[in-house]
Amino acid sequence: MVKVCILDYDSGNTKSVENIFEKLNINYCLSNSKKDIISSTHLVLSGVGSYSTVMKKINENLPLDILTDEVLNKSKPILGICVGMQIMSEIGYEFEKTHGLGWIEGKVKQIESKSLPLPHIGWNEIIKNSKSSIVDKIKDGECFYFVNSFCFETIDKYVVAYTNYGSKFPAIIQNKNILGVQFHPEKSQKSGQKIIKNFLIM
Amino acid sequence: MLKTRIIPTLLFKNHSLVKGKNFDSSRVVGSVLESVKLYEVREVDELIFLDINATKNRCDPEYDYIETISKDCFVPLCVGGGIKNLKQIYKIFKSGADKVSINSEAFLNPHFILEASKEFGSQCIVISIDYKKKNEQNLVYINSGKTKTNTSVIEFSKQMQDMGSGEILLTSIDKDGTMLGYDYSTLKEVKENLNIPIIASGGAGSYEDMFKAISYSKVDAVAASSIFYFRNMTPKEAKLYLVEKGINVRI
Repeated sequence: MVKVCILDYDSGNTKSVENIFEKLNINYCLSNSKKDIISSTHLVLSGVGSYSTVMKKINENLPLDILTDEVLNKSKPILGICVGMQIMSEIGYEFEKTHGLGWIEGKVKQIESKSLPLPHIGWNEIIKNSKSSIVDKIKDGECFYFVNSFCFETIDKYVVAYTNYGSKFPAIIQNKNILGVQFHPEKSQKSGQKIIKNFLIM
Repeated sequence: MLKTRIIPTLLFKNHSLVKGKNFDSSRVVGSVLESVKLYEVREVDELIFLDINATKNRCDPEYDYIETISKDCFVPLCVGGGIKNLKQIYKIFKSGADKVSINSEAFLNPHFILEASKEFGSQCIVISIDYKKKNEQNLVYINSGKTKTNTSVIEFSKQMQDMGSGEILLTSIDKDGTMLGYDYSTLKEVKENLNIPIIASGGAGSYEDMFKAISYSKVDAVAASSIFYFRNMTPKEAKLYLVEKGINVRI
């Protein structure tokens, strides 16, 4: 049976993520305990704030040895949302150079938006780049809600879908059981709920 | 391509939705929770909730109430009213909001915006700026439009951008509730001088007004309130109109 553990590292904005699991009637907990991380079937890493602030809080509040073991050795599905996706990279350049979790090759840099204003805020279309069950029943051009100034620069094989804002950058990335979405599925109405449901059957 | 957002603004006091003219909001127009459910069904792009009594009463935001609202809201939710410190912002996010809108305190203590954007990220810090035209100058007003300052809208908007604000909700007090159209020239001027998204607010009376703010003033989003209460118009219809006119919106 599915049991989601929303990783609680004191990021403060987990409520909308909790609300979506509540709405979908999914068994979930908000926790940072080793027991809950181990006993869950799926992990969610959400967050707001800058790369460095989030990494600092994660280092302070999460049992990283257990988490890394579950994700890298036991292949437990994990979904990173927004900054939660970005910190899966090796390095981030927001405010200061910071080391990330290093689960997916790449770095986080400011969006090259050309003349467009930053942050990139609002509903934007995604274009699929590779096959993955995470985008089942999602059409090319479907809209999701984004709020970001930074993006995850990675190699093409990890990119499930791109979006475009001055330049193209990853909207969904995947390295086997490790998934990240730059947008907020919990705030993207029906399209977002499809992503969450797809994640839960992985 | 990024879609232009249509955002209903919901003003409330004592859990009732209110709306008036030129910031005199005494008329009760409905229930907050009913509206949220309705808007969620209508698939709006985002919602802005402003507690217009919080600053006046010097009270904390109503966290329990925000939590109740957010339970039924699966679109981005921006909450404002009476925000003065980081702890309040933290608690508002904890209650389920995605962004905060800060007005008076941003003016009184601009450094607070720098701290807030560093702590939570620029993208969730919206600065709400209210202004009135006085002797051909657009001056910032604070305390729900009751206190005049001598700072120009352009000067203050730029300062807020420098402090790390992620977006500006720009409201013309003169136009508010009149349904006579937005203040297009000021919106255009602010938009040209800034590099963060601008949300037009105050004066929308028709879908054509929204079109003008988007096409002429080049704003990133349009907020409206009265037309959704008093003219039976809907965000969905607004979008259908705008698509016909070639504007890129989410249908």
